Amino acid sequence: MSDSHAMADTNTGIPSGKLGMWVFLASEVMLFGGFISSYVILRTGSTNFVVPGKEMLGVPLAMVNTFVLITSSVTMVLALDAIEKGNVKGLIRNLIFTLILAACFLGIKSYEYPHKWHEGITISSGLFGSFYYTLTGLHMLHVVGGMAYMGYLLRNALAGRYTVQSHARVEYAGLYWHFVDLVWVILFPIFYLL
Amino acid sequence: MERVETFWSKYVFSLDHKVIGIQYMITSLLFLLFGFSLVLLMRWQLAYPGHPIPLIGRFLPDFIAAGGIMHPAAYNTLGAMHGTIMIFLGIVPLGVGAFGNYILPLQIGARDMAFPRINMLSYWNYFAGGVLMLMSFVLPGGAAQSGWTSYAPLSIVSPGQTVWLIAMTFLITSSLLGSINFIVTTLNLRAPGLTFSRLPLFVWAQFITAIILLFAFPVLQAAAILQLLDRVAGTSFYLPTDLIVGGNILDNAGGGSVLLWQHLFWFLAHPEVYVLLLPAMGIVAEILANGTRKPIFGYKEIAGSFAFIAFLSFIVWAHHMFVSGLKTKLSYLFMTTTMIISVPSVAILTCFLLSLKGASIRYRLPMLFALAFLPLFGIGGLTGLPLGFTPTDVYLHDTYYVIGHFHYVVVTGSMIALMGGIYYWFPKMFGRKMNEKWGHVHFWGTVIAMNGVFFPMFIQGMAGVQRRLYDPTVQAHNLAVQPLNILMTASAFILLLFQIPFIWNFFHSIFKGEKTEENPWQATTLEWACPSPPLPHRNFDKEPVVRRGPYEYSVPGRGEDFWPQDKP
Amino acid sequence: MNSNYGWWLPVAASSYAGRIDGSLAILHWAMVIIFGLWAVYMAYCLIRYRSSASPRADYHFTESMKALTPDVVILVFEVWLIFFVGVPIWAHIREDLPKPPEAVTVGVTAEQFAWTAHYPGADGQFGKQDIRLVNAGNPLGLDPADTAGQDDVVSVNTLVLPVGKRVLINLSAKDVIHSFFVPEFRIKQDAVPGMRIKLWVEPTLEGKFELGCAQLCGTGHYRMRADVLVKSAEEYQKWLDAQKKGI
Repeated sequence: MSDSHAMADTNTGIPSGKLGMWVFLASEVMLFGGFISSYVILRTGSTNFVVPGKEMLGVPLAMVNTFVLITSSVTMVLALDAIEKGNVKGLIRNLIFTLILAACFLGIKSYEYPHKWHEGITISSGLFGSFYYTLTGLHMLHVVGGMAYMGYLLRNALAGRYTVQSHARVEYAGLYWHFVDLVWVILFPIFYLL
Repeated sequence: MERVETFWSKYVFSLDHKVIGIQYMITSLLFLLFGFSLVLLMRWQLAYPGHPIPLIGRFLPDFIAAGGIMHPAAYNTLGAMHGTIMIFLGIVPLGVGAFGNYILPLQIGARDMAFPRINMLSYWNYFAGGVLMLMSFVLPGGAAQSGWTSYAPLSIVSPGQTVWLIAMTFLITSSLLGSINFIVTTLNLRAPGLTFSRLPLFVWAQFITAIILLFAFPVLQAAAILQLLDRVAGTSFYLPTDLIVGGNILDNAGGGSVLLWQHLFWFLAHPEVYVLLLPAMGIVAEILANGTRKPIFGYKEIAGSFAFIAFLSFIVWAHHMFVSGLKTKLSYLFMTTTMIISVPSVAILTCFLLSLKGASIRYRLPMLFALAFLPLFGIGGLTGLPLGFTPTDVYLHDTYYVIGHFHYVVVTGSMIALMGGIYYWFPKMFGRKMNEKWGHVHFWGTVIAMNGVFFPMFIQGMAGVQRRLYDPTVQAHNLAVQPLNILMTASAFILLLFQIPFIWNFFHSIFKGEKTEENPWQATTLEWACPSPPLPHRNFDKEPVVRRGPYEYSVPGRGEDFWPQDKP
Repeated sequence: MNSNYGWWLPVAASSYAGRIDGSLAILHWAMVIIFGLWAVYMAYCLIRYRSSASPRADYHFTESMKALTPDVVILVFEVWLIFFVGVPIWAHIREDLPKPPEAVTVGVTAEQFAWTAHYPGADGQFGKQDIRLVNAGNPLGLDPADTAGQDDVVSVNTLVLPVGKRVLINLSAKDVIHSFFVPEFRIKQDAVPGMRIKLWVEPTLEGKFELGCAQLCGTGHYRMRADVLVKSAEEYQKWLDAQKKGI
């Protein structure tokens, strides 16, 4: 395997894969930071930034979605915890839970989007809509990417490739997933509550 | 572990950092040549506006030059693509992708990068972005024509920009993947004993460059996605309310900010300048230490200055926007940070100059390039002062003075150093030396011609000639200095002529060059502790152990005047 | 060949041009001195320490606090420059805007690829503008129903200014970014769509100068220019009187 360094001793003592994931997440922070600061600048500075009413946004549903995503982070923690104790079945079960919750998140979003179109909030209707679809869309891409990776982990887990000693990728996937979760926890208030 | 290597896995989809480095080198050199030829067409138009381009003019398609006479839109396209290609497809991939990939793992005594697959992915993203940029010339709408800076709203209403943005997304992805690899490799895979205070300055430069890329590029990614959406999805992030383009009111919701693009763009693009520069400075440090046969002066000051520059480069961006409508108080702030960033640059140059004192200078080819870098980059750096200083920038901004300034930094600075790097590490890469005689021809011709191209730009800038003018003679204030354009154009063609010996020398020497011993420059750093070329996939016979700093030249009491890092 | 232009700065024709030229001189002399010192030092080292004259290098000369001297000198010079030269001049150019009664106010609107000047006329009031009224004959979209606009003067690609008076310019753009650059005045300011930016100039010389666009604005960028005619107060008034009023 190409990332065989993960197990080798490194100068920092941190496996390269884990360090790489942290570095990658740092760049992701800058990516979302770029978008979110643009949003804040235009929302506070533009003379033509119309914020739709709360009733048009469907806050309760988005709240449910936030809860779904946070729960999926919990199941991801449980998955890692299971394999650290050598419990492969627990790993598989919790990965499946996480995947189902992520799918729920996408399902609710795919209900929300057409609902907003009916309310007249589209990507080109105004700055709010533009930012809303751009940022939540980018976040959804991250969710889909995370699901693909977890599907890969699940396949490996079913094939019995993860053990107490060797499960680094489960940990990296967890880091990524918590980040995706965290992004949503920032997006939710800035779009739905403010 | 034995691998079965096929042609494809060995030379094309290789995971070996050395092969990827050479792929980067050859691709970026081709792009540099292509980007340079674009500007030659522009230079013809500037020297002889409205005259048909000789020789190749009649072969150019009508939308570029009908009857051999360049079209104004084609001029803008060539300008935008020259900038884009030179920066994102030429110098960065050469400085970071080629030298970083090839040399960094060797200098830290590693078998490969931390993530070889990601490394390969980085190259292929770069390749895809490059191919897309080239294809954009022949796609409907042509290539981008709004400058490499792509200022909104012009970029949003001009043809060709969509493909540019998509190609940029590939290039940004490539740089991000590369920077993750460089950072983790430097942190994690150093040979035993190679502490941070023993790292060669080239590694310091690459490491800090990777950090800059990591933090700066995602912001451009975000900015580019917003611009793409403005073009294809009808958003108006950068489009204010009530624009009239070509007599028609734009059908956008409006409310966006024109200056937002500039802020996001320069937040990347100023640090980008240091991405172009730091690897070159790293190369100069290596060659200087080797050519002077003494430890580099002020190792800590140089490494510290690299880091300080990287930090400051993130808070100077708005000096590109002094005349854009930026608030006066903000311009004081950015003027101050910009002036401060000149201090570490001066510190680095001072250390390089002081490295010459007490030296025993061996004038060999790479050393000539490193020495030429010092005064020429000095001109580039110094001419940055009146541009960072608002009362003078208000006059010089967007004139040829700016063009002269950054070409001195990037071409006579970075590019000269990178050429020196090629001569210096060529024996490492191919086990053969490049021809010295042709190297000298290349060196002197290049340095003189470059000054002939770029120095008159300062005079034109002083006279108030704006940049990006298809035909400067339309405006009265440009006429007096118009004859300089003939000198600059002639120099540019001479510069091309003097690259021919280099190109020939490069390819000829790969196969027929004089074979060299393993350490032809009698250097101290780790890349010379392995065979030339290094062993595929593992570089070193056995892992080196580092016992001392990187530049132990002329240590008193030793017979030899160099003491490699790994030798007892 | 026009005598206003040569191989260095064009003639200085505004009240602050002298101060900008002064800053350019200070910086360029500093640059020449710094570069000269570097060059001389480097040339000396290259000859003195060639390997045949200096067979063994000095291992110990690698650190010295003296190396910080150039950094400190540059820093002190720059701090002086910023606080005693840069900030005062920049504040003067950007913030000392003349108040309308004492100043002539002119609107300048940039578009692909022309400059349109807008004078308020005798009443000192600019007419109302509406972009839906913009057409070839009414480049600024002046509202014919508005009485304030009836005596307005609109001038395409010719900007006429009175000498010796402070002029306040309201700069805007219709389509993309342009940049208002009059080399003789040493002033440059981007015209940004969606923004109205104020700048001022006090012409000190009568004559014909040139307004060029300094920001890439499309295929006609190179030919986007206007004449700047600086006239005496009487001539200026005469010119204004001779223009067509309103729409």
